[in-house]
Amino acid sequence: MSQHTTELVVFIVLFLLVSGMGFVAARWRRPTDLASLNEWGLGGRSFGSWITWFLVGGDLYTAYTFVAVPALVFSSGALGFYALPYTVVVYPLVFLVLARMWSVSHVHGFVTPADFVRARFGSPTLALAIAITGLVATMPYIALQLVGIEAVLKAMGITGHLPIIIAFAILAAYTYQSGLRAPALIAFVKDTLIYIVILAAVIYIPAQLGGWDSIFDAAKAKFEATPAAGDGHLLNAGNQLQYITLAFGSALALFLYPHSLTGVLASKNRNVIKRNMSALPAYSFLLGLIALLGFMAIAAGTKPVMNANGKPDSNTIVPMLFDQMFPDWFTGVAYAAIGIGALVPAAIMSIAAANLFTRNIYREYLNKDATDAQEANVSKLVSLVVKVGAVLCILLLDPQFSIDLQLIGGVIMLQTLPAVALGLYTRWFHKGGLLAGWAAGLAAGMWMLYLIPNPASGKAHFGGSAFGLQNLGFDTTMTIYAGFLALAVNLVVAVLATLAFRAAKVADGKDETRRSDYFADEGDPDVKDLDLAGSH
Amino acid sequence: MTTGEPGQPRTDRSPWNWLLVLPIVLPLCTFLFNADEPRLLGFPLFYWLQLAFILVGVGTTTLVYRMTR
Repeated sequence: MSQHTTELVVFIVLFLLVSGMGFVAARWRRPTDLASLNEWGLGGRSFGSWITWFLVGGDLYTAYTFVAVPALVFSSGALGFYALPYTVVVYPLVFLVLARMWSVSHVHGFVTPADFVRARFGSPTLALAIAITGLVATMPYIALQLVGIEAVLKAMGITGHLPIIIAFAILAAYTYQSGLRAPALIAFVKDTLIYIVILAAVIYIPAQLGGWDSIFDAAKAKFEATPAAGDGHLLNAGNQLQYITLAFGSALALFLYPHSLTGVLASKNRNVIKRNMSALPAYSFLLGLIALLGFMAIAAGTKPVMNANGKPDSNTIVPMLFDQMFPDWFTGVAYAAIGIGALVPAAIMSIAAANLFTRNIYREYLNKDATDAQEANVSKLVSLVVKVGAVLCILLLDPQFSIDLQLIGGVIMLQTLPAVALGLYTRWFHKGGLLAGWAAGLAAGMWMLYLIPNPASGKAHFGGSAFGLQNLGFDTTMTIYAGFLALAVNLVVAVLATLAFRAAKVADGKDETRRSDYFADEGDPDVKDLDLAGSH
Repeated sequence: MTTGEPGQPRTDRSPWNWLLVLPIVLPLCTFLFNADEPRLLGFPLFYWLQLAFILVGVGTTTLVYRMTR
């Protein structure tokens, strides 16, 4: 451990500095009081373009992404680069959708996507299904942020769980106190550090390794030498469809996650969102460069840390590359960037999960007349519970289990698309049809994931998201993203069931939104008058 | 919108919106870029062209934002 002393000191100093900022954040843009979800959970709904850019960017591009994407590129090559088209496609895709979501949410005081579904389709049951889907998908995502911190600690030779428990206890304390203001303020530091580290890495490391040409040639040579069919520095006939559907399906799912919407709803008007759709791709550029760290690790001959069970932990590949290439003090900065990078999304995710519980379970079923202050208190407590749950996930379960759950999370999150995203455009679907489609999509998705093996890790089930079309009787080696196919099942069932419910004249829910609600903007009388205890 | 507003009801419809289809479809057409040559600054086509698509995305969303606000 002694050779890592400099790294460790830099890491701890930066980590403590940021934690201090988290506590001070409660006083930043200070409201009269924090005792409502609008203030604690959405930062007063007043963030402008810059804060939103740092907040949403810091939220979507998580520490786990920074660790896992290059790890995937290191082991599989081109397929891992799907993260780039995924984050290019997503912004034009949601450009109009998010503006509508912002408007209708501000007119009606919605805090979560399930709030919208409840009012739009007049169905508390459908809203509960959407809320639980969001909770189940978000929890393992929080746990995965710990995996990001753990990868850095392992690279510094630190094992054991105590450091992680301390880090998360600090995180839980300042999130409890400051709410969304804490990650919004910390995001400035996190993103600045990440930009510095990655720009330094892509200039400095290739120069050490003989230029980009030799980096890509080394990757090509490595993949040509392996017997595995799925890898390569380019795509092959078997994984092109997987690449396309994984990028597109992930893009469709991204803003269905409750934590992505939290950042969007905290912005102060529609133009802030639209401007950010043009500005957030700067992070995609960064992510593309980060992905290529995987190839740099191949060219540099970097070896991942070995786990206790004798298998390599591929998530440590980027930390080990930094350790190998950078001077100690800068490695410490890079490690701090990843560690702090885990705190921002973990805080926002736990706030989003807490809001879901408060608005769609507590208020709906436990205390119908909850006051703003009660809602804020419940959310604060639940945000603590969620973080304890995430730590327990890592302590008690194999981290692989969190990774599996995260994989499942993307697939199940997609199943809320018809109600949440299509619901912003059309009220054609029957509430029962949406529920039937959701259930069918979940079942189909789980069935497909169960059938996917992973030869590399020797797992028979839940080994990835690439579903072989030969399972459906096609004579081919082609694979497709399971979530994409599950969404297709969902949509077909939702349409058929809607037609059936209409034919049988089953009563539909009442729509509490008006068409004009979807275009309202800052300054409109409806929007200014935010009434959380409103008509719904 | 507010009650009693005269004139056109607000909407987000615009022919400019069709431009958004370009950056959604282009990055998903693997046949356009699934090749090593030509390389640019040492990057195979697969990598540099996909990075270049970011500019297409930024350009079109900026243009649509400016033309429709």
